Amino acid sequence: MEALALARVQFAANITFHILFPAITIGLAWILVYFKAKENRTGESRWRDAYRFFVKVFALTFALGVVSGITMSFQFGTNWPGFMETVGNIAGPLLGYEVLTAFFLEATFLGIMLFGRKRVSNRVHTFATWMVAVGTSMSAFWILVLNSWMQTPTGFEMRDGQAHVVSWMDVIFNPSMPYRLVHMMIAAGLTAAFVVAGLAAFRQLRGDKTEGNKTSLRVGVWLAAILIPIQIVAGDLHGLNTVEHQPAKVAAMEGLWEDTKGADLLIFAWPDEEKRENRFEIGIPKAGSLILTHDLDGLVLGLNSFEGEHPRVAPVFFAFRIMIGVGLLMLVVSWAGAWAMRKGRDAPAWLSRTLVAMTFSGWVATVAGWYVSEIGRQPWLVQGVLRTADAVGPVGAGAIAISLSVYLLLYLGLLVAYVSVLFYLASQAATGHIPRERERLDNPLRPQPARA
Amino acid sequence: MEFWLPVVFAGLMALAMLIYVVLDGYDLGVGVLLNGADDNEKDMMIASIGPFWDANETWLVLGVGILLIAFPMAHGVILSSLYLEVAVMLVGLILRGVAFDFRVKAREPHKPLWNAAFFGGSLLAALAQGFMLGHYITGFENSVGAFAFSLLIGVCVVAGYGLLGATWLIMKSEHELQRKAVRWAQGALWLTAAGIAAVSIATPLVSERVFARWFEFPQFLLLSQIPAISIALILACHFRLRRLAREIDHTEWQPFALAVSIFLLAFAGLAYSLFPYLVIDEITIWDAASAPESLLVILWGVVITLPAILGYTVFAYRVFWGKTRELSYE
Repeated sequence: MEALALARVQFAANITFHILFPAITIGLAWILVYFKAKENRTGESRWRDAYRFFVKVFALTFALGVVSGITMSFQFGTNWPGFMETVGNIAGPLLGYEVLTAFFLEATFLGIMLFGRKRVSNRVHTFATWMVAVGTSMSAFWILVLNSWMQTPTGFEMRDGQAHVVSWMDVIFNPSMPYRLVHMMIAAGLTAAFVVAGLAAFRQLRGDKTEGNKTSLRVGVWLAAILIPIQIVAGDLHGLNTVEHQPAKVAAMEGLWEDTKGADLLIFAWPDEEKRENRFEIGIPKAGSLILTHDLDGLVLGLNSFEGEHPRVAPVFFAFRIMIGVGLLMLVVSWAGAWAMRKGRDAPAWLSRTLVAMTFSGWVATVAGWYVSEIGRQPWLVQGVLRTADAVGPVGAGAIAISLSVYLLLYLGLLVAYVSVLFYLASQAATGHIPRERERLDNPLRPQPARA
Repeated sequence: MEFWLPVVFAGLMALAMLIYVVLDGYDLGVGVLLNGADDNEKDMMIASIGPFWDANETWLVLGVGILLIAFPMAHGVILSSLYLEVAVMLVGLILRGVAFDFRVKAREPHKPLWNAAFFGGSLLAALAQGFMLGHYITGFENSVGAFAFSLLIGVCVVAGYGLLGATWLIMKSEHELQRKAVRWAQGALWLTAAGIAAVSIATPLVSERVFARWFEFPQFLLLSQIPAISIALILACHFRLRRLAREIDHTEWQPFALAVSIFLLAFAGLAYSLFPYLVIDEITIWDAASAPESLLVILWGVVITLPAILGYTVFAYRVFWGKTRELSYE
């Protein structure tokens, strides 16, 4: 494979691995804030128990997010030196603000949130929990501003081949930013909700009857049930925004080759890039135009209007359907769950099993959604400004291939370890096994220090 | 502005890198020393750095971040030239970063595996960072000699981090572990000194400009104080450790302070050699800087946030002040 393709695969592998963890921690941080606030207000131990378990899940997830994120900060330079050389004046400050306002905040207060409960007052511990949540969300804000600017760049002018800022307001509040930010934040909330519900359901199936676990399960299911309809509306609005600014991406999402009035909504098709047509398709007449233009006979531009300027169709087309499919499944499961658990009823076994199976459903939908967004932007790295092929670095294919194989093996190993350790933690909690950490506190291995 | 902004950002980058080297230096160092300890001691060693490592590593992101955002032209050149070492370092940092959590959360039988990942990852990261330093100051030369030199620097940086880690442990631990830490520090001190000597001799040889900067009169008189003070500090550290090896007393914090001072001077010497170049004798900070208007925007951010960052960092260190106790989520 050539260096460009390898550099793309490597960056894609890394960023795919990375997003898995923030997608959980952004939402879970706020769920922990909620648990903590409930504990403070009611004084009920079930909230404390819920916090105690999920803060461990948070710690592990956060660590994986941090280490894969550090990798990202280097790969900008190693894989895409042309990116910073061309748009560094815009990307630089945005990334800088992410480090300054978010990374230090979350990393520093994380230590206090995880291990400081006995060392600081409850007020400070609550504050630390808040700061971690604020930090993760700030981080998401800046990076989504940058990504949105890459999709819909505004507020700059090109001088000597470099982008220079004209208006920071226009750079930050670029046309797709509000939609992408909301869509991703809700996605993170949904991902975390299903992780909470899935692990709690697993504990329940293992015989856990504690109030803390029931509470977690209920919070997870309800949060999902509330967020998913909002997400469907937000996703629709984001789609309309994309029609306006990146019609080639939408044409690929829809698998539409010709400009069409009253376009079908394809449920399934097999896009053939060679012949520039779909080999097979099932669709709902006129529904495509209805969704994209909110008019039965609205004009939708097809791929042939963007020949040579549109992404590969199949990955975008299928990733989009996977995202939608998982989203609909989330709707059905969370609403059925909320109904089955109405008025304080326990979750029936079928529900628990379904929730366990869907623990990481948020990952599938989030990653698929990002593939639509990122592959859909190709061949551009920054839409209309910088082509991906022009940003690639001088590193040889051999060096990338070696490091890529090492990364892939490592990521695969870590993913397996992560998922299995989460369920192991859940089964330990379910069987009432006293966590090692607690055992130690009751029976310190060493005498307490004379001076502190 | 055109002149001063890049200078200010070079200073900020140096500050971030220095803080990174000292802070992540001690926690990588603790990782490098892990295999010399028994199981309980391992828990204790990792507990002593558990609340801090995350924030410590963030200084690396800030340092590389400033290189990326303030000097994008140099960022591409440096990181493409250091591609494989960077990859090795990242694998190391990933392994040790996740091992912190996995080793106490995974099944008990898997714990030795994650301890090994923690040790191996720390070693790999420290070695790669030293190797990068060697590769960097030889001007990215790809000869056998340069490779051997880089490898030597790699080993010495491992020792230097080991020194920081061991002296950190002297401060944070008690009993047998503390005595072990004193012995580790004694061993690491001399390798560290050898490394500093190697870099000090090599840099002027690689570049005539660096040579001239150091050995021209009259600045030579002032500059010769740097190696002189370094030698004095190394000796002071040596005698302090020897005394602690006989009997632990209230001076147990001093070796760490001395080790940090040694790093500070070595760093200052290196910065003096390099300035104003980002790539030795090729790219200056002015060649590589971003547009002034973008730098100003970041500078405002730094001016506002850095005091806050330093403030809550100090707060976090105060919360976990004193001898380390077992880490607990309770």
